[in-house]
Amino acid sequence: MLAHNLSVVAPELVLAVFAMAALMWGAYSRRRDPSGTILWASVAMLVLAGLFVGFQPEGARTAFDDSFISDGFARFAKVVILFGAAAALAMSGEYLKRTEMLKFEYPVLIVFSVIGMMTMVSAMDLIVLYMGLELQSLSLYVVAAFRRDSLRSTEAGLKYFVLGALSSGLLLYGASLTYGYSGTTAFAGISQAVGEGPLSLGLIFGLVFLAAGIAFKVSAAPFHMWTPDVYEGSPTPVTAFFATAPKAAAAAMFARLLYDAFGGAVSEWQQILAFLSVASMFLGAVAAIGQRNIKRLMAYSSIGHMGYALMGLAAGTEQGAQALLIYIAIYVTMNVGVFAFILNMQRDGKPVTDIGALGLYSRVEPARAAALAVLLFSLAGVPPLVGFFGKFYVLMAAVDAGLIWLAVAGAVASVIGAFYYLRIVYLMYFGEAAPPLEGAMPAMHWALLGGSALAMVLGVVNLFGVETLAASAAATLVQ
Amino acid sequence: MIGLGHYLTVAAILFVTGIFGIFINRKNVIIILMSIELMLLAVNINLVAFSAYLGDLVGQVFTLFVLTVAAAEAAIGLAILVCFFRNRGTIAVEDVNVMKG
Repeated sequence: MLAHNLSVVAPELVLAVFAMAALMWGAYSRRRDPSGTILWASVAMLVLAGLFVGFQPEGARTAFDDSFISDGFARFAKVVILFGAAAALAMSGEYLKRTEMLKFEYPVLIVFSVIGMMTMVSAMDLIVLYMGLELQSLSLYVVAAFRRDSLRSTEAGLKYFVLGALSSGLLLYGASLTYGYSGTTAFAGISQAVGEGPLSLGLIFGLVFLAAGIAFKVSAAPFHMWTPDVYEGSPTPVTAFFATAPKAAAAAMFARLLYDAFGGAVSEWQQILAFLSVASMFLGAVAAIGQRNIKRLMAYSSIGHMGYALMGLAAGTEQGAQALLIYIAIYVTMNVGVFAFILNMQRDGKPVTDIGALGLYSRVEPARAAALAVLLFSLAGVPPLVGFFGKFYVLMAAVDAGLIWLAVAGAVASVIGAFYYLRIVYLMYFGEAAPPLEGAMPAMHWALLGGSALAMVLGVVNLFGVETLAASAAATLVQ
Repeated sequence: MIGLGHYLTVAAILFVTGIFGIFINRKNVIIILMSIELMLLAVNINLVAFSAYLGDLVGQVFTLFVLTVAAAEAAIGLAILVCFFRNRGTIAVEDVNVMKG
C-alpha cells in the first residue's frame, strides 16, 4: 500500500529529496560556490520530472486515502508548470550572475515552490490543497524579496506577503465553513454533500471565501492589487517566474476545486467566475494603457490574460476546462519569450524597464525586435498567431455555455488591450530613436525568445497537438 | 448552553477584526502580522468547533496543520520585514510606498 502511494507521488518526492539535498550541499560546501551547479541541476531535474510526468501512462491513480490524485488533468498542468519553471530558471542564471545575485537558495526555493504547485493541482482534499498552496506561497514570498539590499525588492516581498497571507486566511475560512457544512475535507465527500439538493448557506459562504482566496493567487480583479507592485519590484528573473508557473498552477487548482468539489453547483459559481473574468479583462486592458514600465505593463497584461483563462472556467463545461488548459499552456509559452527579451533590456550594465528605451529598436536588432513583435501580436490575440487561438477557444466555450455577453465583453476587452501591445511594436518600428541598449544576448535567451516566437507562428498548423491533449485532460476532470 | 453557533459567532468576529486590522491600521506593519495571526486563529476556532460538533477528528488535524503553517508564515514575514527595515529605516505602513499601486 505504501509502495503504491509513494509511486503516485514519485515526481514530487524525487524533487523534494533533490531540493533538500541541494540545500544541504549549498549550506555545507566550503571550497567553491556551488550556486551555478545547483541552478543547472535544478533545471535538469525540472525538465526530467516534466518528461517523466508527461510520459506517464493514461488513467487516474490516487494515493493516501484518495487525498491525492494523478489524472490526465493534473499531468497536463504539471507538465506546463514544470517546463515553465525550468525555462524561467534557465533564463535567470545569466542575469543573476551579472547582477551578483546568484545564490544557491534561489534555485532551491524555486524547486520547493514547484513542488507546492504540483501538490496543489493534484489535491483531492482541502488539507492537501492548503499545504500545497502554502508551500508555493511561502517560497514565492522569499524569492520576491530576494534582492535583500534593494528597497523595491523587499517592499515587493512585504506587499506580496501581507496580501498573500490575507488571501490564505480567506481561503482557510472558506475551507473551515466547507468542512463544517459538508462534514468532510475530501473533495469526493464535499461533492456528494453539494449534490444533495440546494446548497446550504454555509456551503455558499465557504465557496465564496475559497473563490476569493484563490482569486488573489491568480491575481484576478478585484483581488489584483498586489500584482503590479510585486512584478515591478521583484528582480526580473523572479518576475519572469511569477508570470509563468504559479499562474498556471493557481488556475488549474481553481478548476480542480470547482469541478471536483463543487461540480454539482455550477450555477452558483458560474456568476462569481463570470464577474472575476469580466473585471480582470477590462482592468488588465484599461489600466495598462498608461504604463511606461514594461514589468508593470506585463503585470496588467497577466491580470487581463487570467481574465480570459477564467472565462473558460466560467463556462462550467468540459469544453471550458479544455479551453482553460489550452489558454494557460499558450500563455506560459508567450511569457517565457517576452521575459527572455526583457531580461536583456539593459544599458551600461543597468537594467532598463522604460518602454521608451525600445524606440526604433528594429534598426539596432532587427531579429530580436521581430521576435518580440510576433510575441506581442500573439499576446494581443491578433490572428492568425497562436495567441488568437487561445482566445478563440475560451470565447467559443463561453458562447456554447450560453454566456454570450461574456464572450462579447471578452472580444471588446481584447480590442482595447491590443492598443498597449501594439504601441510597443509601434515604438520599435516607427518610434523616436532612443540611446541603444546593450547588444549581447546569451544563447539560452536567444533560444527561448526565438523558440517561443517560432512556436507562435508554427503552432498555427495544429497547436502542436495541445488541443487533443487538453481535451483528454479536461475529460478526466469533468465527469 | 453554549452551542456551535456561539463558537462560529466568536470566530467570525475575530476573523473580521483581523481583516479590519489589516486594512484600517495605518501605523505599523507588526500590527498587520498580528492581524494575520488573528485571522488564522479564528479559522482554528471554527475548525475545532466543527470537529467537536461533527464528532470527526479531521478538523483538529487540519488545525494542527494550520498552526504549523502559521508559525512558518510568521517567521518568513518577520524576516522580510527585517530586510525591509534595513533598507527603509522604518516599518510604518504609510512608508511602504516606493511603488504606487
